[in-house]
Amino acid sequence: MTELTKKERMKISRQDMPVQEPDARVRNFSEVALGFTMELARLEAERCLQCKEPHCMEGCPVEVTIPEFIEAVRVGDMAKAVEIMKSKNNLPAICGRVCPQEVQCESRCILGKKGQAVAIGRIERFVGDYELAHNTCAISREPSTGKKVAVVGSGPAGLTCAVDLGRMGHDVTIYESLHTPGGVLVYGIPEFRLPKAVIRSEIDTAAKALGIRILSDYVIGRTLTIDELMTEHDAIFLGTGAGLPMFMRIPGINLNGVMSSNEFLTRVNLMRGYQFPEYDTPVKVGKKVAVVGAGNVAMDSARCAMRLQSLRSQANGESGTEVHIVYRRSPAEVPARREEVHHAEEEGVIFDFLTNPIEILGNENGAVRAIRCIRMELGEPDQSGRRSPVPIKGSEFEMEVDQVIMALGTSPNPLVFVNADGLERSRHGTVIANQETGRTTMQGVWAGGDVVTGAATVISAMGAGKRAAADIDKYLKGEITW
Amino acid sequence: MYTIKEKQVLSDVTKLMVVEAPQIARKAKAGQFIIVLMDEHGERIPLTIADFDREAGTLTIIFQEVGKSTMQMGAMQVGDSFKTIVGPLGHPTEIENFGTVVCVGGGVGIAPVYPIARALKEAGNHVISIIGARTKDLLLWEDKMRAVSDELIVTTDDGSYGRKTLVTVPLKEILEAQPGKVAKIWAIGPAIMMKFVAATTKPFEVPTIVSLNTIMVDGTGMCGGCRVLMDEGAKFVCVDGPEFDAHKVDWNSLLSRLSYYRSEEQVAVERWRDGHKCNLDRAVEGVK
Repeated sequence: MTELTKKERMKISRQDMPVQEPDARVRNFSEVALGFTMELARLEAERCLQCKEPHCMEGCPVEVTIPEFIEAVRVGDMAKAVEIMKSKNNLPAICGRVCPQEVQCESRCILGKKGQAVAIGRIERFVGDYELAHNTCAISREPSTGKKVAVVGSGPAGLTCAVDLGRMGHDVTIYESLHTPGGVLVYGIPEFRLPKAVIRSEIDTAAKALGIRILSDYVIGRTLTIDELMTEHDAIFLGTGAGLPMFMRIPGINLNGVMSSNEFLTRVNLMRGYQFPEYDTPVKVGKKVAVVGAGNVAMDSARCAMRLQSLRSQANGESGTEVHIVYRRSPAEVPARREEVHHAEEEGVIFDFLTNPIEILGNENGAVRAIRCIRMELGEPDQSGRRSPVPIKGSEFEMEVDQVIMALGTSPNPLVFVNADGLERSRHGTVIANQETGRTTMQGVWAGGDVVTGAATVISAMGAGKRAAADIDKYLKGEITW
Repeated sequence: MYTIKEKQVLSDVTKLMVVEAPQIARKAKAGQFIIVLMDEHGERIPLTIADFDREAGTLTIIFQEVGKSTMQMGAMQVGDSFKTIVGPLGHPTEIENFGTVVCVGGGVGIAPVYPIARALKEAGNHVISIIGARTKDLLLWEDKMRAVSDELIVTTDDGSYGRKTLVTVPLKEILEAQPGKVAKIWAIGPAIMMKFVAATTKPFEVPTIVSLNTIMVDGTGMCGGCRVLMDEGAKFVCVDGPEFDAHKVDWNSLLSRLSYYRSEEQVAVERWRDGHKCNLDRAVEGVK
C-alpha cells in the first residue's frame, strides 16, 4: 500500500458505522450499531495524523496508546493492534461500544479542532471484536505471588481491577451478588447497545487465562461480610457500583405501573423479559410511557420501551403507542451521550423538556392513569454549573400515561458495608477513597467506580479499577506500606 | 451446588425441599429469606427460609404451587439442582425474651413462622402459636410447631380439622382474655390474613410484626419492585424488611401491587400446563 501524504489523509472523511435503520431496529433487540468492516476500519485509521505528542491519550482514563493501535490497524496488523490495546484495556469490545469517546479521547483529537475527530471508539470496537472472533492474543500472567485478593462486584471497576491483578500474578476471587457476572453491563445496558455475548466472552477469556475465580450469588454484607473477607484475603477491592434506585418524593409512587429504571431494565436485560413467556420473568410496557430523567439510563429505558411496544403491536396490531422522556431541564443540560439521544429521537421517542412531574395519578384499580406535571423555566446556575429549573406558577397540566419509569440516578447499595465499621462514607453514601490509589479509610480495602463517585461512566470505573490494581500490587509486593 | 437432598410432598400443592447451600446455611437466621433461580430461563423467586442445618449445610424451603415457576419447582426431584440460591437476605427477626408472645402462621406461612417460634422459645418466651389453613390437607408442621410452643391452637376455614374459624378469632380471644399479657405478635401468611391480623391486634396496641413477601427481582435493594408504603414512606422489603410493623403497612397498596403481574402469571401457567399435556400425550403415543 502506498503511503498517503498528510494532505491526502486529511481529505478522507470520518467513516460512519453501519447501523440498523430506525424503523427496523425498533422491532428487535439486536445490536443497533453493526461495527466497522476491515476496509472501513483501515480507511478510518488512515485519517490519524500520528501526532508526535498525541492529546487523545490524555482523554483516556486507562491510557490506551491510541496512535499505536490505530497505526497497527492502518497497516492491517491486527494481532499487533490487539496486543497494544490489551496491554492497557482488557475490555475493548465493551469500551468501544459504551465509552463516551466524544468527551474523552475523541474530544482531544487534533482533527476535531477544524473538522471531525478520528473515530477512535469505532476502531477500538473493531479491534475488540476482531480479538473475540480470532483469539490472537494470549493474555499473559506473571509468576504467582501467592497473594489473595477479593474483588467485590464484577462490573467494569471490579473486572478491570481483577484482570490487572491476575496479570500481575495475584490470586483473584470475584464475588458477584447476581447470578451472572458483568454488573451494570449485564443488568443495565440493553442488548441492542452491548450484546450479552460480547460481555460473556470478554469475561470468560480473561478469567480463564488468569485463573480468576468468579463466585456468583455472593451478596457481600449478607452471605459474607467485609471483615470475613479480610480474614481470608490479603487485599479487598470494592467495585460494588451504585445500584440503589432513587424515586421522586411525590404522591403516587407506589401505584402499579410506577417502577425504577433499574427494575425495568433488569427485567428486560438480565432476566430477558422481552422474551417472556419463553423466559419466566415478565415485563410490562404501557401504551403511553413516561421515562423521568434524561441520562443514558433514561435513554436505554425509553428505547427498551419502544421495542417492547412494537413487539406487542406486531402481535396484536395495537397502534398509537408513545414513549416520552420527561426532563425538568432544557436540551442543553441533557446528561446522556449525544449519540444515545440521537438514536432515541430516530426511533421515535418524544422529548418533553422543562417539564417536571409533581404527582402520579391512579385509577380505581391502583394503576397509573396520568402524571401531573408543571412547566419549568431556567433560572440561575446551581452548584453543578447548570442553570437550575424553576417551576412556572399555574402551569400544571396532566399527561395521560399508564407507565412511569424513574431514571433519576442511583446511589451505592449500603448492604455491602455491614460489619465494615472502619470504612468511611460521605453523606451521599459513597465510599471515601483516594482518587489516585483507591485506598479507603480501612486498611487493606480499596474501592473504585460508582461506589466512590456515584453513578458515572463505564470507563471512569475501569480507570479507577486499574489505578487501584497498581496500588494493590505495590502494597502486596511490599514496595509501599499502607 | 444447590442440589436437592430431600423432598417431601406435604399436600397436592405444597412441597418441602432440603437444599444444599452451605454458605447460606452457616449464616441464616430466623426471619431471613433466599432467592432461588431454577435455570437460565427461570425467574428469581423469593422464599422464606423455613429451617436450616449449619452442620449439614442445608436449607429447608416450603412452597405452594401457585404459578408456573413454583409448579415447575414442585416437579424437581432429589438430585436435581437450582442454578442459583442467594442469601440469607433481609434482616433476621429480633429475638429476645419478651415474656408472652403469639406466633400466627397461615398456610405455607406456617413454615417461616416455625424458626421464629423456635428461637423465641429458646430465648425463654412463653410461646402461644396459632396455625391455620383453608383445609386439613394444607395444614403443615403441626408437630414441629407443637414442639416449640407452650400452647398451640389449630384452625381450618372449612372445619376439616381443629377449630372451624379464621386465625384472627382465637387471636382476639387471647388478647381479650388477658389484657396486657401478650408482649408481641408475629404473623406470617397470605397478605390478606396479615392485613386482618393487623386490624385485630391494633385496638389492643400490641406490637405486631409481619413478614412480607412482595414481588422482587434481585432481592438486594437494586430494583425497588418490592417497595411497600409505610406510615413513614416507601420501604424496600428486601433490604429494610422482610419484617415490618403490621400497624404501619398500607395493606391496600400492598395487595394491589401483588396483583400487578396476574395476567402474565396466567399466560405462563397455561403455557406450562399445555406443555405438560403435550408431554403426556407424547408419552401415551410412545407406549402405543
